[in-house]
Amino acid sequence: MPHDTRKPSSTFDREVALERMRACLDREGPLLPILHALQEEFGYIDEAAEPLIAEVLNITRAEVHGVITFYHDFRRRPAGRHVLKLCRAEACQAAGGDPLALHAERRLGLAMGATAADGSVTLEPVYCLGLCATAPSAMLDGRPVGRLDEVRLDGLLAEAQQ
Amino acid sequence: MTLRLFIPMDAAALAVGAEEVAAAMRNAAARRNVAVEIVRNGSRGLYWLEPMVEVETPAGRVAYGPVAPSDAESLLAALLGNGAHALRQGPTEDIPWLKRQTRLTFARCGVVDPRGLADYRAHDGCKGLARALSLGPAATVEEVVQSGLRGRGGAGFPTGIKWRTVAQTPPQQKYIVCNADEGDSGTFADRMIMEGDPFVLIEGMAIAGIAVGATKGYVYIRSEYPHSAQAMEAAIAAARRDGLLGDRVAGSSFAFDMEVRVGAGAYVCGEETSLLDSLEGKRGLVRAKPPLPAHKGLFGRPTVINNVLSFASVPIIMDKGAAFYRDFGMGKSRGTMPIQLAGNIKYGGLFETAFGITLGELVDEVGGGTRSGRPMRAVQVGGPLGAYFPRALFDTPFDYEAFAARDGLIGHGGVVVFDDTVDMAKQARFAMEFCAIESCGKCTPCRVGSTRGMEVIDRIIRNEERAANTALLEDLCSTLKFGSLCALGGFTPYPVMSALTHFPEDFGAPSRLQAAE
Repeated sequence: MPHDTRKPSSTFDREVALERMRACLDREGPLLPILHALQEEFGYIDEAAEPLIAEVLNITRAEVHGVITFYHDFRRRPAGRHVLKLCRAEACQAAGGDPLALHAERRLGLAMGATAADGSVTLEPVYCLGLCATAPSAMLDGRPVGRLDEVRLDGLLAEAQQ
Repeated sequence: MTLRLFIPMDAAALAVGAEEVAAAMRNAAARRNVAVEIVRNGSRGLYWLEPMVEVETPAGRVAYGPVAPSDAESLLAALLGNGAHALRQGPTEDIPWLKRQTRLTFARCGVVDPRGLADYRAHDGCKGLARALSLGPAATVEEVVQSGLRGRGGAGFPTGIKWRTVAQTPPQQKYIVCNADEGDSGTFADRMIMEGDPFVLIEGMAIAGIAVGATKGYVYIRSEYPHSAQAMEAAIAAARRDGLLGDRVAGSSFAFDMEVRVGAGAYVCGEETSLLDSLEGKRGLVRAKPPLPAHKGLFGRPTVINNVLSFASVPIIMDKGAAFYRDFGMGKSRGTMPIQLAGNIKYGGLFETAFGITLGELVDEVGGGTRSGRPMRAVQVGGPLGAYFPRALFDTPFDYEAFAARDGLIGHGGVVVFDDTVDMAKQARFAMEFCAIESCGKCTPCRVGSTRGMEVIDRIIRNEERAANTALLEDLCSTLKFGSLCALGGFTPYPVMSALTHFPEDFGAPSRLQAAE
């Protein structure tokens, strides 16, 4: 339902990439829409996309690279089949988010930002999901989850490890 | 008879099970062969009651909450009977928490069906636009100036002055940009408007476009808000079909259209000039001002850039007149502020009220204290760049100047409550860490100073040369404050210094009580 519900990562394909890029060209300032489209298509932004984008937009590859690396959202390699984001910002800290984050790291055996070796899940910090009155909060594959406690979190972790 | 129910599709309501509740109610009705219509509204903002189910009755809407899917059978039985149920909260409008508010910007949020213009118009929607069209551009700008509306994103700059500046530039391509990059922890008012009353934002931006001579608008929504982006896309499409957007706005001679752009997880893009660079497809670097965005904004063109709440307040100002809005509030803070109560709080949610209410009234009376039941120790007002206030400052009225006078800020109206388990040295360190993670890198004090700040706080916590390191931290904060172009570097000292000033005992210093002995 939400637009960032992800489809599985796939191998980079030059022709598909060009097609997705061209669909954004009638927009002013098309670089961010292009990067979002490529990440939606492949699950990450392949290094091979950089010169391609540069050519299509007539800018330098360095500029493209600079933009991709500036934003936290853009991935340079595929994520896990599931992405679990745990909010680490103040409202969730106040509501007991820190011990839950630690719990998730221990249960998954992953540090924040890492992907499981079996490719099941990527665990990521997020700084506010706007669910601050029902904190602590998380998002699993685009689905918001509030009033997190250890029981609810364990449910999410089990789902994410599938 | 069809039973008419309202179950929010607001992201925070979904996060606590609103979708499952809607499905359970639908199934329960099907089993009993009862006809139901379920309207997926926005949230009323009483989040401790979410998922909240409202039922339409001849005497108005009645609320039940928080409803679990397992309550569906008993709730439906109650709705078909006399209405009595353990979760019954009474007529929604009479719930004291809601009744105490002054809802101007949020008048329709949680009330209307956000997917169609018919319901919007039935609840006074589009009246502001109609009056703006009859007054004409110049008088519309003056009306916004006279209302005293100040930017609700945080900086509090008079909205009408921005509009007047853009209106005075020669005719050319101009832009209306809505800053919906609501990144402050403890805030969710923009999200609620976009998901619960998106047409008020569209109407506000269309009025701005007509007033200053801009034909194109952008809503820059953070990627952490996928539901908001989807709701705005749908509302814009509906507004185009309706003729509210397009070559002839609401049948007038003015053209205005808009589009949604999604951010990519950079907090600094909530800073207006970073946001403009991001919209242009660049790294979200802060720009030096001047030139002002009003003169050289998006793609170097004159641009009005305002927060969601600023635009969303314009339709009612235009409808009821500047004086109506200006009569609420105190001092130079006019009108109402949608305040967001969050964190460790019993009754958290959206509380819109005239400026002037004290912080203590907000967190103790309205918020009902902490959710954990433990004593309240600190309240951070204004997001990650806002100060931590101790109980001794709870008499501060909610007002831009009153908070500034106490080395704080109201920002975007977020209020995050902490109980007595909080470690304020850890919070101060986090403020520096967040600044280091999110710094765009343009200004050295912010880019480098934030990391050095973490190290200095670590040394203070470890009790290494405490006096010298505390002096160094104060000096560093002063450098950040005066040596950064935007609020990220400039305001990170607020949480750090307020923690150090008001809670020195957490940094290993003798507490004030001990010192006094």
